[in-house]
Amino acid sequence: MHADPIGVLTGSHFMDGDHAACEGAIAAGARFSAGYPITPSTEIVERFSHRAPKIGATFIQMEDELAASIAILGAVWGGVKAFTVTSGPGFSLMMEHIGYAAMTETPCVFIDVQRGGPSTGLPTLPAQGDMMQVRWGSHGDYEIIALCPNSPQECFDLTIQAFNLSEMYRVPVFVMMDEVVGHMTEKVVIPHATEIEVEPRHFTSKDKSAFQLFAPQGEEQTPEMAMAGDGYKVHVTGLTHDERGYPSMTPETQDRMVRRLVTKIRDNASKICLTEEHDLEDADVVVISYGITSRVAQRAVEMSRAEGIKVGSLRLITAWPFPEHIIRALAPKVKGLIVAELNLGQMVREVERCAGGKCRVVHVGHAGGTVHQPEDILKAIEEVVR
Amino acid sequence: MARGSVSIVIERCKACGFCVEFCPSKVLSLSSAFNSKGYHPPHAVNPDKCSGCDLCGMYCPDFAIHGFRTDKAAAAAAEAEAETEATDAR
Amino acid sequence: MSSSLCSLTAPANPVEDLLRTDRMPHIWCPGCGIGTTVNCFSRALIDSKTDLSKLSIVSGIGCTGRVAGYVNLDSFHTTHGRAIPFATGLKLASPDMTVVVYSGDGDLFAIGGNHLIHAARRNVDLKVICVNNLTYAMTGGQTGPATPLDVITATAPYGTYDPAFNLPYLVEAAGAVYVARWTTFHVKQLARSMAEMFSKKGFGFIEIISPCPTLYQRRNKMGDGLDTMKFYKQMSKTKHGAPTNEVGLTKSGEIIVGKFVDRERPDFTTMMHAYLNQRLGDDYIPAEAPVCS
Repeated sequence: MHADPIGVLTGSHFMDGDHAACEGAIAAGARFSAGYPITPSTEIVERFSHRAPKIGATFIQMEDELAASIAILGAVWGGVKAFTVTSGPGFSLMMEHIGYAAMTETPCVFIDVQRGGPSTGLPTLPAQGDMMQVRWGSHGDYEIIALCPNSPQECFDLTIQAFNLSEMYRVPVFVMMDEVVGHMTEKVVIPHATEIEVEPRHFTSKDKSAFQLFAPQGEEQTPEMAMAGDGYKVHVTGLTHDERGYPSMTPETQDRMVRRLVTKIRDNASKICLTEEHDLEDADVVVISYGITSRVAQRAVEMSRAEGIKVGSLRLITAWPFPEHIIRALAPKVKGLIVAELNLGQMVREVERCAGGKCRVVHVGHAGGTVHQPEDILKAIEEVVR
Repeated sequence: MARGSVSIVIERCKACGFCVEFCPSKVLSLSSAFNSKGYHPPHAVNPDKCSGCDLCGMYCPDFAIHGFRTDKAAAAAAEAEAETEATDAR
Repeated sequence: MSSSLCSLTAPANPVEDLLRTDRMPHIWCPGCGIGTTVNCFSRALIDSKTDLSKLSIVSGIGCTGRVAGYVNLDSFHTTHGRAIPFATGLKLASPDMTVVVYSGDGDLFAIGGNHLIHAARRNVDLKVICVNNLTYAMTGGQTGPATPLDVITATAPYGTYDPAFNLPYLVEAAGAVYVARWTTFHVKQLARSMAEMFSKKGFGFIEIISPCPTLYQRRNKMGDGLDTMKFYKQMSKTKHGAPTNEVGLTKSGEIIVGKFVDRERPDFTTMMHAYLNQRLGDDYIPAEAPVCS
């Protein structure tokens, strides 16, 4: 399905990542957002509040992130695509409803423009400190999808991808931006609506008596969707439920249903994972990065290639599900994997886990506040190959 | 002749006593029989006084009883039967 | 041909169609009043001839929160305290839907208190039914924001010493356009109030005082469900239009019931449309109710 042209600002723009993310959401078909102001994400919903009344969408500023994160879920069950935006402290408040969205298989998008943490931290400065939180922040077992744009253009493109994935897998999907990507201004090309692929909601056409709101279908192991007001008399609960959606609090149902929340993503990880790879085949060392850090890593890789080092680069466009298969294949063939990220060690743990001791894994990072210097990453590269 | 009657779903009853207490005509009383959960469901001890007001139905927290007007019920049943006969004849 | 009365088959309870009978019996205790409120709710829906395909029910967590699971409607059992913001999102996405919020005193006024006052402030078109059993029943009978003074609870074993909210007062002050209180004894009035609220646009609120015999009444030696119902009958006084600041509850005192507030104020969606129409004119494209493709 193609994007609805009403929402698509076709053309060449000079805009920052926050604004581009908003346009991506609109192009993807989002027609509802509930938000709460928090730096450095606020511009996304400020722009949406401008655009919404002209494109048949609704924006409401709620009283806190707890309200915002569940208002969007109500809107989804009312039949629309919806999203919210936040940063660290708000993200922490949203965790319960992220779990509720995962448990009820409510398709939705959360944009986290990461800033220095923990707590109030550095409201106006970048970090990549929420990467583990996005995966594990809510209680219980579930899996999510998280995408990491590294440019305003990608803020546009990957937000569309986020909505598409959320509809395919009936799962909350996260766009993990950071303050620099959010506030940097670059060229953003918005194509014609006919060139934008949009995944429609997989509404069921089954008979009212036959349809089960939580019965998995196909390889995606994902149920078809319904909405309130269509006569299906849906029942949606956060309690462990069976295929009908009725509470069924037994160990058997728990395992069957919760396990599927995990496997529907894990079993399809190779289809979902997006990476950008360069020169991995004969690399002695590979630099792994994501988001804004990948821009710096790119420079460091260029500098080390100029020194004759056989360095490859792997950019995580999808941080979650983590591309385990790539790391497992790579680790035995290289001297080391360098993970550059704006935190004190988050995605590096996944790399270590999957490398399984087959090579060195080196973390290059700090707690946030500014982006890496290329020299920091270069030094690590040189040290590994020595 | 009673204007109404009650229908009791014995297995749902939890013997809270609301219907017995609030029936305006004191039709009901908890019986000495009991359901599989051990509760004593009500029964009509003054069925002739029942007006079919359905207050018992409104009070019941367990949806275990409801009252109905027998004349209306008879009329509805007759209508349903007539329709069935007409359909069979076609 | 007429059937003899002796072989008369009793007509089905009209309420059965509104229940998920495949989930009966429900979990509520003997003498609990929540089922009674659901009975009144069902009858109000039948009597007001509401289009049930365009009515959704949203509940929070707690004994009353379980109502969503037993009614045969589009029903949403959400998180603790957040039924109202979920309902707000649902209502805004689906403006033709009648959205009922059915939850308990703790869920709506403690953890959910902030959302309640903001939705009332905005006058979001929601029908809020608050079953007030004066406690957190599901978790074992702890003190709640509506628990009166001098009451024994699971977390106040020597008696409560923090005062309770006066629910109608709070909700009126926050901006609700319809505020009423009944007890589970007042079944006819309650059903009538509910029907009245369903047809009134804006933030409506009905408080229903209900027994929790297993916890609240038992700990305070107040008898069982039936004793409590008789207490309601005895101690209730109907005062329509009473000033809400005067209707606070005490442990064993008078219970003022009635319709306290029934006023006019444009609801949130109406305000939004009017404003945006005025500001944007032809450029304004209101959100339409989505159609399932």
